[in-house]
Amino acid sequence: MNKTVFLGALTVAGLSAGAAAAATLDDVKARGSLNCGVTTGLVGFAAPDANGEWDGFDVGVCRAVAAAVLGDPTAVEFVPTTGKTRFTALASGEIDMLARNTTWTFSRDVDLKFEFTGINYYDGQGFMVPKDLGVSSAKELDGATVCIQTGTTTELNLADFFRSNNMSYEPVPIETNAEAQQNYLAGACDVYTTDASGLAATRAAFEDPSAHVILPEIVSKEPLGPLVRHGDNEWGDVVRWTLNALVAAEEYGVTSANIADMAAEPTDSPEINRLLGTEGNLGEMLGLDADWAMRAIAAGGNYGELFEKNIGENTPVGLARGLNAQWTDGGLMYAPPFR
Amino acid sequence: MSDMHQHSVAYVRETMLPEAPPPAREQGIIKWMRENLFANVPNSILTIASIVVIYYILAASLPWLLNGIWNAESIRDCREILQGAAGGCFAVLTERWNQLLFGFQYPDDQYWRPLIAFLLLFVAIAPVMFFKYIPSQFLLFTALYPFLAYWLIWGGLILAPIVALVGFVVGYFVWGRLVQRSFATGFFGAVAAAVIVWWIGGLITAGMDPEQAMLVPVASRDMGGFMLNLILGTVCVSLSIPIGIALALGRQSSMPIIKWICVVFIEFIRGVPLITLLFVANVVLAYFFPPGTNFDLIIRVIIMITAFASAYIAEVIRGGLAALPTGQYEAADSLGLDYAQAMRLIILPQALKISIPGIVNVAVGLFKDTTLVSVISMFDLVGMIRGPILASTEWNGVYWELFGFAALLFFVVCYGISQYSQWLERELTTDHK
Repeated sequence: MNKTVFLGALTVAGLSAGAAAAATLDDVKARGSLNCGVTTGLVGFAAPDANGEWDGFDVGVCRAVAAAVLGDPTAVEFVPTTGKTRFTALASGEIDMLARNTTWTFSRDVDLKFEFTGINYYDGQGFMVPKDLGVSSAKELDGATVCIQTGTTTELNLADFFRSNNMSYEPVPIETNAEAQQNYLAGACDVYTTDASGLAATRAAFEDPSAHVILPEIVSKEPLGPLVRHGDNEWGDVVRWTLNALVAAEEYGVTSANIADMAAEPTDSPEINRLLGTEGNLGEMLGLDADWAMRAIAAGGNYGELFEKNIGENTPVGLARGLNAQWTDGGLMYAPPFR
Repeated sequence: MSDMHQHSVAYVRETMLPEAPPPAREQGIIKWMRENLFANVPNSILTIASIVVIYYILAASLPWLLNGIWNAESIRDCREILQGAAGGCFAVLTERWNQLLFGFQYPDDQYWRPLIAFLLLFVAIAPVMFFKYIPSQFLLFTALYPFLAYWLIWGGLILAPIVALVGFVVGYFVWGRLVQRSFATGFFGAVAAAVIVWWIGGLITAGMDPEQAMLVPVASRDMGGFMLNLILGTVCVSLSIPIGIALALGRQSSMPIIKWICVVFIEFIRGVPLITLLFVANVVLAYFFPPGTNFDLIIRVIIMITAFASAYIAEVIRGGLAALPTGQYEAADSLGLDYAQAMRLIILPQALKISIPGIVNVAVGLFKDTTLVSVISMFDLVGMIRGPILASTEWNGVYWELFGFAALLFFVVCYGISQYSQWLERELTTDHK
């Protein structure tokens, strides 16, 4: 039976490859579930819990989109992808969107033919050192041995940073974060460098986190966000504005706790009314119904709630808002107006 | 002479002395230690050095094992309970054992199904493994087992595996009918008959309501944990041995096309790393399918691993064939046996016997290689550990306990396979030593 499926698939493949790009929104609605690409596991961002339920910051974006489009935050088929398989999974149509702490870069956007639909986490490369080292700035790291994951942009950033500051260093190449953790704790390197969120998660897993400090310097820009395929702008809009709705909801003080009241009848704020669909027809323009944003926010809370629940200061990951605060609080989170 | 003797000595003992025990240093544990551990100075030095090493290993690992925490919510809990003392955080195993064994998506009220399939596996392979002691009628169950196991693990309509089975049975009968004419007619007739049965069966099953399934269907995507390693290992080893034999014979064939197909296949597959084949299975094939079609990932992976293992097994068996003296081939010819008979009755039994250590070596290696699927985002045992469990906020940082557990599971299986193969070699010995 599978052989026939296989041959049939091969024949149809050539014909339908062109039609694949368009109408992801219709496909998702017809299928009744959203295929969302996530990592195979990253602390705080995406991991299944003891019951097998996916949970995390990136997962929250998937659930919000599913809630907006399908009305059900659980109607998501999570497709775990590795750093090596994520882009082919998206390009081949196996997944509808990728929410997998992926850095928005020029070549990924332009050359790989993807469309980044926003930024849900501003990350950057940082340094972690043991407190005993007595270092308070990355500029004092001349001659240090540095644990670094090979084949990543962090490797190049590190070389740039040390060269531009006229310092020397000795790299200790390692393959995975787990290996880095062991090497660093065993004293094989003075410094561990990777994305700041990763450093925080790693440090949180240490037996004595307070014996290690993350230095204030951030040496690279790593804007992480969800992405979709090129060429289907309607679907890209849905994902982009769902994310924007989460960010805007935090700005306007719409939370999962008060959203039911606010959506029940028009409030004093026209912006909130347009967002929640009690005024205007924004949902219709997207090809969705009027309550789309209301459901997306109700799924897991607004941006701030998602942050606090999964990676915020009260979680073991313990990340401060920093760059990811609302623009009104000095951060970079800035949703375009809903009108 | 005796007179002389009587006079020359003053006293002659007339009773036997009771047997005295040998001196303490020449018996029991002391003798054993003197002979084996402290026979000479270098030996003694080595013995003492080994004891010191063993002591250090045990001193480091025993408190960790015995002091382990089996009940905690998270790694932070463990550390709080231990208060800096040495001890493993085995609570991760008690909390996540089901995910390690079955993956995190297999419905937990259905765990009995893979478990039964696993137990029946022993019933099914026993007639093959202990063929001298178990009557051959039990092989019928072995033949049914793949379909039964598929149904148990994947669930869904029982009709699907039945249709597959009927296809094979019909194919077998057609083969039996047509093989008299020629082997090729029989072979292709059987394939055609089986495909027709599967096609018709596929139409029937497609028309049936999946709600009526006796067992809840579980998608391939939801398979994981050690179960996935066992599925891949068992299926691929059992498929690759017959394919490997065919390839080895094909490589020795005098028909040039068959010979070259086999040579190219074997050399190509052996020249490519398994991980590359897995990436092809996962990533490249996806480009050939229309979006939305999902040709089952497990089947893709099984095909690739089987191809890989059969190329290696073919070479092992070719070694066995080459080791047989030409006299054996000539003896078969002189008895008037045709090619199939000669192979089945004379050549292969001897060649396979020679190849057993090599085949087992490949099988053990293959079973461990199934952990490579974690790289293409399948959640086998290692994938579960590296992905979901280490990425959960509760257990990030628990390494030794998890990987130790994985090592233990793999060791048990691989050691079992190796012990069986040694037993089998002794069992098949026919030479006179």
